[in-house]
Amino acid sequence: MMLSCKQTARLLSQGEDRELGFSERVALRVHLAICKGCRNVNAQFKFLRAAVKSLSLDENEEKPA
Amino acid sequence: MPTPPAPFPVQIESLRPYLLRYATLQLRNPEAAEDAVQEALLAALVGEAKFAGRSQLRTWLTGILKHKIVDAIRRQGRERPAAELTPDDDGGELDTLFDRRGHWEDSPAAWEQPEGALGQKQFFAALEACLRALPERTARAFMMREHLGLETAEICKELAITPTHCWVMLHRARMALRLCLQKNWFGKT
Repeated sequence: MMLSCKQTARLLSQGEDRELGFSERVALRVHLAICKGCRNVNAQFKFLRAAVKSLSLDENEEKPA
Repeated sequence: MPTPPAPFPVQIESLRPYLLRYATLQLRNPEAAEDAVQEALLAALVGEAKFAGRSQLRTWLTGILKHKIVDAIRRQGRERPAAELTPDDDGGELDTLFDRRGHWEDSPAAWEQPEGALGQKQFFAALEACLRALPERTARAFMMREHLGLETAEICKELAITPTHCWVMLHRARMALRLCLQKNWFGKT
């Protein structure tokens, strides 16, 4: 199975939300090996997860009186 | 001489605006957010003894509020018949990111030192603005998943949508947030 970038992005996202199947994981690995853009997106999805998890709304409501 | 700390009820009341913003971001419904905050503040008053200054007051209250938000989401899921809910109309916009063969129109660039952003308050302000810009249900699903840490199966159930639809919504949220942060934070020079 050869994935397009569009399919890859979708699978990367689903990988955060469900267990991917064996063939899906293999197809992802093959695509990521040759595609820098999708590797970047993969890292960014993981970063988003960490950022939203630790989301704190600091500061912006505490405007100086 | 240092001024003595304000009484506990005054201290927690002073955090209400913050908590309200936090709840609204996730529930996207001012009344439901108000209710969740009210419940959290009541629980905090009752449980004052459990606080005992072990952590920052705001951190402690936010923890209580998180549980109340999950309760509110579950309640809404039960009370609102599925038919009332219409999907967010944000279909199709993902297509413009790709060419006809499914390749990126603009290949995504790497983000420089993203870990560093996590230490910056301005970054979280930018992230909050990006979350606010998401369509309502997409944002709720995303916050349930990534902030509250609920399993996809539960999110689907509460929002009365199929797992496939759920994955699509979460994917749209990630793609939209990625673009928004690229534009408003990482892509800025």
